[in-house]
Amino acid sequence: MLEKKLLTKRVGIVNPLSIDDYIKQDGYKQFKKALKMERISIIEEVEKSKLRGRAGAGFPAAIKMMAFAKEEAEHKYMICNADEGEPGNFKDRYLMENDPHSVLEGMLITAYATRATKAYIYIRGEYNKALSIMKWAVDEAKEKGFIGKNILGSDYDFDMEVRSGAGAYVVGEEFALIESIEGKSGRTRVKPPFPTEKGLFGYPTLINNVETFCNYPVIIEIGGKAFAKIGTASSTGTKLISLSGNVNQKGVYEIPFGVTIREVIETLGKGVPENRKIKMIQLGGACGPIIPEYMLDMKIDFDRFEDFESKTGAGAIIVMDERVDVFEVLHRIVNFFGHESCGRCTPCREGHPQLEILVKRFLNHEATSKDLLSLESLARVMHQTSLCGLGQSSPISIISTLGYFRDEYHDRIEFVGKV
Amino acid sequence: MNMINIKINNNDYQVKPGLTILEAAQEHGIKIPTLCHYPDLKINSDCRICSIEVKGKKNLLTACSTPVVEGMEIKTHSTKVLNARKTITELILTNHETNCTQCARNMNCELQSLSNQLGIDENRFEYRLVSQPKDTFNPSITRNPDLCIKCGRCIDVCKDVQDLTVLENFGRSHEVLVVPKYGKYLSDEDCTLCGQCSSVCPVAAITENDETEKVWTALNDESKHVIVQVAPSVRVSMGEEFGAEAGQAWTGQIVTALRYLGFDQVFDTDFTADLTILEEGNELLHRVHNGGTLPMMTSCCPGWVNFMEIEYPEMLDHLSTSKSPQQMFGAIAKTYYAQLKGLDPKDIYVVSVMPCTAKKYEAKREEMQSNEGIFDVDVVLTARELGKMVRQMGIDFLTLEEQEFDNPFGITTGAAAIFGATGGVMEAALRTVYEVVNEKPLEDLNFKSVRGMEGIKEAEVELKGLGKVKVAVAHTLKNARKVVEQMKAGESPYAFIEIMACPGGCIGGGGQPYNTTNAKREKRIEATYNVDEAMILRKSHENPYVHKLYEDFLVKPLGEKSHQYLHTHYKARN
Repeated sequence: MLEKKLLTKRVGIVNPLSIDDYIKQDGYKQFKKALKMERISIIEEVEKSKLRGRAGAGFPAAIKMMAFAKEEAEHKYMICNADEGEPGNFKDRYLMENDPHSVLEGMLITAYATRATKAYIYIRGEYNKALSIMKWAVDEAKEKGFIGKNILGSDYDFDMEVRSGAGAYVVGEEFALIESIEGKSGRTRVKPPFPTEKGLFGYPTLINNVETFCNYPVIIEIGGKAFAKIGTASSTGTKLISLSGNVNQKGVYEIPFGVTIREVIETLGKGVPENRKIKMIQLGGACGPIIPEYMLDMKIDFDRFEDFESKTGAGAIIVMDERVDVFEVLHRIVNFFGHESCGRCTPCREGHPQLEILVKRFLNHEATSKDLLSLESLARVMHQTSLCGLGQSSPISIISTLGYFRDEYHDRIEFVGKV
Repeated sequence: MNMINIKINNNDYQVKPGLTILEAAQEHGIKIPTLCHYPDLKINSDCRICSIEVKGKKNLLTACSTPVVEGMEIKTHSTKVLNARKTITELILTNHETNCTQCARNMNCELQSLSNQLGIDENRFEYRLVSQPKDTFNPSITRNPDLCIKCGRCIDVCKDVQDLTVLENFGRSHEVLVVPKYGKYLSDEDCTLCGQCSSVCPVAAITENDETEKVWTALNDESKHVIVQVAPSVRVSMGEEFGAEAGQAWTGQIVTALRYLGFDQVFDTDFTADLTILEEGNELLHRVHNGGTLPMMTSCCPGWVNFMEIEYPEMLDHLSTSKSPQQMFGAIAKTYYAQLKGLDPKDIYVVSVMPCTAKKYEAKREEMQSNEGIFDVDVVLTARELGKMVRQMGIDFLTLEEQEFDNPFGITTGAAAIFGATGGVMEAALRTVYEVVNEKPLEDLNFKSVRGMEGIKEAEVELKGLGKVKVAVAHTLKNARKVVEQMKAGESPYAFIEIMACPGGCIGGGGQPYNTTNAKREKRIEATYNVDEAMILRKSHENPYVHKLYEDFLVKPLGEKSHQYLHTHYKARN
């Protein structure tokens, strides 16, 4: 069995619109257990679990949690980042739509451990269904006394609110998201200070991804040590994979870290339709690297992904078969990010239109060897100097294909005298 | 203090903790280029020009926003860094009207200098500017969106220094624009026209309306008697326009330069600053003794008057009705001076040299006509525009001999000289009001508590029959708002308040030479008080020519003629 269902064990079994059904299936049991624990020992369990954030960058969850727990302030905010805007990713939606209370339970455990005062669940504008379900779930949890004043007699107060975005990609970036909740347009800020020091409305703020939160009940249930035994040494636990593109069975799969990409595509995804050959896959979503078929035996693991200098840990695999033109893909990606750029920093704002112009020349077989040099230089400078993750990661697809598919670039260059 | 050890370009340095990489490098003579960064404004790190390499970091970091850390190894000019800076600059140039030789900031443009410094002789990227209409619809400031590089300085100075949000970012991606918040164009219905945005703009995207051409035309028109007045604050900044250090007075050189340009008479706005003190001081006493609206607030700053008319129209009664020195000069020039010279006011052409863009608007207010259909002041030039004319004439300003102003508007006092610095009008008024009311000489002329760059300052003065009277001084519209809100809440303990819209007062005005920073403002303030100290006369009511003006023409302060020519009224906008 390739899959390991820890976070998705209730999916398809529990009624997402019924808190009673969730409780019947041992729901909120781990939160109740956490309420009886010392706050610091909850964080210690997370530390032992070696859990890393599931938004993509794979930052150690306990470090962020500890930094936030230490902050003393009148308000301490938590944000559940459910602005899953990265094309090719749909695992957070899957969790919210199918088991919303597991998200809330994870948030409550974190909140209690860090003395957070209020949480916002920021849901992507396009996720109407998830939005309704999460609102319903929060209301139910409030009625049952899991959220509110003096939660379950613990003397701990905690409030929660569901917010939705207007569909801008950049709002997935933590500071742009904070600006959006504050009612401003989604533009990033300069770091430091980091959100854990000075975030929402100027108060300490802990931001985690939906999937990250869902791991906390599991850690409380089985203990940090046992959790750390799942997966690989550097990446513990399971990972939700959003599998899409040219595969027979697209969908969300929960696998322990260490499974290979090929296993996911062939065993879980049941291969490529009509047995066509895989040409390339894109990892992590539109912002991730595009790698060739011969690398599919690579294990799914944060450290391995980091080699691509990209935040590919969100767990999307987009399969592209032999019929796909690299430059068509790149052109779409560049246009997408150019449109989604907030327009604040120069490399991202002015760089995207130029990437688009250059990629289009390759797409139309009109490029020169000078264009190749310009494209390579521009993509690297944007990657190295952009202010936030959007501009830094959008050229990754170009940088990676310049490495793995360089021949295709050369094939598109018009040489003087070429017939 | 525990110093931090860092390496810059393989050399060891000890630097103070808490500095940014940019500051630390600068302290050791290593200049990292910047573009969006401006001293005194918040750090945005938007342009990414100051990118540097730090050992152990995959991406480049911006020097302006990254604090130094023990053991940091920094490369400020590696190939990787230089390539990044060059690429970013090329990108900026793809979306900027690069008609450099036909630009107001030619040879005085931060983007042009940067491009030159980086050795950009070719742009690898495609020019893709989408032209936007120019905004030329107010009397003070022109915006050319085609030159804007979206550095955000104008937005920040408007918001953070002036507490206004006239300008903001609109849109996103490569289509982002800096636009007036309330409409397509800047107008006097929302913008105070203080011009601070034009002063911090690194390129010519926001400039004062250039009126030098009008002045050249008048100077070459034989039928016109062209006279000029020079504001107090311009004399302590003018040298900077030609590369001199801040902190010196250039009064004599300005007079000489103006004569070389061909003005028939060169006068001093300081003269009417003295006149303003007599009118405004008496107005204050009149209000105090007759139950008039208090606190009275100064009205010589047109940016501030605009602010009141736009934001607090219900409180206009607090503004002194006395015109500003610029407008008093124009009024006297086209009445008293015309009579004196036997000239038709139509043939007198009055030019002002001001530190200010809002003065251009003030001169065009319909109330500012002592003779119907003739504006008292014909053209207002900023200090920068005068600089332009001096350069056009080929004058070597810094080496000019020093000449003196013409009379009858050339003899002035130290009280007038300090009008240009925040607190100066207040100090000048106190020197006169004290002596007029108490009928005895003031022992110490220097009211030091109202001097300097602190945002809101207070002083107390003992006046016969009134006891201790409290006064306040504020500069920047952000501080002005605080003072007005306090009044609105009925909690203002003051009888008289001086407000200047720009940081530091007129010496930090929106029309002053480029690269004005708070450090330079301090130096200009110092120079201002040096001018005052060196004067023989230091109180406005001691100015003999002002006395003569009253004897020959005005009769007495607040008299009938004063009301006709030297006082004005205000109106709610919008």
